[in-house]
Parts: sequence; structure tokens; C-alpha cells
Amino acid sequence: MNALIEYSPSLFAGACVTLQVALLSLALAVATGLLGAACKLSPYLPLRLWTMLYTTVVRGVPDLVMMLLVFYGGQLLLNAVLDYFEWDFIEIDPFVAGVMTIGFVFGAYFTETFRGAFLSVSAGQLEAGRAYGMSGWQVFRRILFPQMLRFALPGIGNNWLVLLKSTAIVSMIGLSDMTRVADQAGRSTHQPFTFYLAVCVLYLAMTAISGYFLGRLTTRYNVGVRESHV
Amino acid sequence: MDLFDTSVITGNLPEFWRGLWMTLQLTAVALLVGFAGAIPLAVARVSKNPAVRLPVSAYTYFFRGTPMLVQLLLIYYGAAQWEWMRAAWEEGQPFWLLFREPYFCALFAFGLNTCAYTVEIVAGSMRNTPHGEIEAAKAMGMSRFKALQRIVLPSALRRMIPSYSNEVILMLQGSAIASAVTLVDLTGAARNVYSRHFAPFESFIFVGLIYLVLTFMLVGLFKLAERRWLAHLAPRKALKTKEA
Repeated sequence: MNALIEYSPSLFAGACVTLQVALLSLALAVATGLLGAACKLSPYLPLRLWTMLYTTVVRGVPDLVMMLLVFYGGQLLLNAVLDYFEWDFIEIDPFVAGVMTIGFVFGAYFTETFRGAFLSVSAGQLEAGRAYGMSGWQVFRRILFPQMLRFALPGIGNNWLVLLKSTAIVSMIGLSDMTRVADQAGRSTHQPFTFYLAVCVLYLAMTAISGYFLGRLTTRYNVGVRESHV
Repeated sequence: MDLFDTSVITGNLPEFWRGLWMTLQLTAVALLVGFAGAIPLAVARVSKNPAVRLPVSAYTYFFRGTPMLVQLLLIYYGAAQWEWMRAAWEEGQPFWLLFREPYFCALFAFGLNTCAYTVEIVAGSMRNTPHGEIEAAKAMGMSRFKALQRIVLPSALRRMIPSYSNEVILMLQGSAIASAVTLVDLTGAARNVYSRHFAPFESFIFVGLIYLVLTFMLVGLFKLAERRWLAHLAPRKALKTKEA
């Protein structure tokens, strides 16, 4: 217990790293997902095919393999490019590699979530918007996007919880997230069980807090929608 | 320097092959153990008695709420923290010695993890059993156990095939973390080949493709399973109308 108190500042710093990775990956994944959904719904066949290839490949390859490829392969590629232009050596940061990979992987999951949600908004609503003389952007911002978000929220919540747990693998490319901090603290104090259990509790706490905010968001985006009870 | 040299792959095929075998073993055994454990636990999970239900939901809450990597490290590295465990190791008690084996620890962690997810899948499917079917079973004079065995479970296990196929694929991909406890699975083989030849593209893209093929095979198998066991729920095919 004393060891836990002694190491709590570094464990807390690790938790901050985990949260940073998770939130930045989320932002990247949501942006990728919106773009991917737009491509999947576009009338251009090549665009749809490329997005399909993206979502299929991402779901068929473990995120760890993808991360190792980005981290080690990205470095080699970067070196080749830098060599070519005779620039100075730049080292790929595990933080950047982690965020890029998790964002890319979960972008595929968000693509599916948003695609389904966009399709759930009834076409009549969009037509009505146009009939009122709104521009395409106004229809998107005022009608399509807010309603789409209501349909997408359960999926977004699910994806976020899975994403949060996926961040643990960044410890395997050397980023000092809370899992890696626990690993080091466990070795030096000979109390690995205590520290890994503490990490579990921290993850559970993060999940519980996200649950609270997701609930608030759901209430916000369901305003005016009549609930049906069987 | 050449960025993609196929001789790195062909020269290390035996190592990749052993890695594939390890990945398949870990995935298959964990899924079997997890599935076998999930059925009685799911029955407990939907029980009306909180003393039966709550321990199971605490178990699934913990294992579904934390990363599998941390669970694996907790079991493999965490075991050595306990004095009684170390004492058992020194005495050479065969059961507790298993916790020094990375292979056993990985199976234990993966099995517990997939079991927790499967419990929730089976329990969710059981809760969705049409009310009338259970009433009919009661009206036929079946006991609770008989109704479970004949009516609820067979139908729940069929209806869960689509969501269970997701869990199977996630388990295959999740097993990639086994290399964190020194096991040489597919990902571990790729990491070894990478560090020997400094060839990230060849090794990681190659195993990525193998995982992709394995995933496609699983998806195909589950399509077949759905066609076999969910035929009664398939959308009705359009009847060919005779030309008048």
C-alpha cells in the first residue's frame, strides 16, 4: 500500500498519458469516420471501393500488428525520405505512432457507425430543409448532423469504450502510459499485482466517468424524441 | 536500401509457421474454455436471485471494463507477488507451477476474458427469448431446468451466432498481445524477424495478411453456421410467380 502511495504521482502521470492518447485518437477517429462515411455514401464507385477495402483490412488485422508496422516501418520510411532530401534524422515518437494507429483503426469502426446513422435520418427531413431555402451546408448543420448524432451516439459510446481499452497496447512500443508505469513500478517494488490491479481500477473509473457523460449527451440529443416502451 | 525484400519472409517461414500454430492454439483453446464456462454463468447471470446474479455480473464487469493486456500482465507477472504462491513454487506443487508458464497464463487470461464477453452475449440472447415459448414450456409441465435445456438454451445459442462471431474474431486479434509475455505467436514471430533483419514491412505486412486471411475464413465459417442454424430466421426469399 505504501508503495502505491509512493508511486501515485507517476501512476497519475501515466493515466494522463493514457487519457491524452485516447482523446486524441478519438478526435482523429471521429474525423476519419465522418470522412469514411461520406465516401461510403458517395455516388463514386472507386471511392466506395477504397473505403470498403480500408474498413475490411482494419477489422481483419490486430491493432498491435498495425501499431508495430506504423512505429517501426514508419521510422524506416521516414529515414528513407529524409535521406533522399538530405534532411536531419527525426525519430518517430511512440505517442504519435500510437495516436495515428488507434485513430486509423477506430476510424474504420466510426465509418460504419456514422454511415448507418446518416442513413437513419429520413430523406423527407432533408427535402423539407431544402424546400425552406436552406443551402446544402445549412441542411447538413441544422438538420442532418444533429439528428445523425442521435442515432450514432450508442455506437460512438461503444467505440469509445473499446478504444479506451485499446490504448493499453501503446505500452508495448515504449510509451509511458499507465500500464507501462505500473510495469516499472511493479518491478522495482516487487509488487506487480498491486500496480496492475491499480491500473484496472483506473480503467474502470475512466469507463464509469465516460458512462456519465455519454448519458448526459444522450439526454441532450434525444430532446423532443418520444420514447417508446413495450 | 530495399524496402520490401521477400527473402526475409521465405527465409523465415518455419518461424512464422510455428507462430501461426501458437496463435491458432491460443485462440481455439481460450474460445473453447470460455464458451464452456459461459453457459452455466449466463444462466446464473439471468437469475432472479441477486446472490447468484451479482457475483457473475461483477466478474463480467471487471473483465469487460479493463484491457486484456493488463489482465494478462496481472496474471503472469502479478502471481509472483504472493508469498504463498512462491512457497508453492518452491515446494513444486504442479497446479501452482502453471502460473509460471507464459503459455498457461495466456490461456487463463484469454479464457477468462472471452468467457466474460460470452456470458453477456448468451445472457442477452436468453433474455430475448419470446415470452410465449417459456409460457408454453411451463404449460407443458417442464421444470425450470428442462425448459432451459430444451427451449431457452437451444434457441438462445442459435440467435447469438452473429454477435458471437464478432467475439471470435476479436479473440483472434486480441491474442496478438501474447508476445508481451514472451510467447512467440504470429505477432511474436514477426517481432523476432523484424529485430533480426530490421525488416518491418516484410514481417508485419506478411503476418497482417495471415491474420486477414484467418479473419475471412472465420467470417465464411460463421456465414455457413448461420445458414445452417438460423435458416428459420433468414429473410423470406421472393417466390417465383408463375407466368400467367
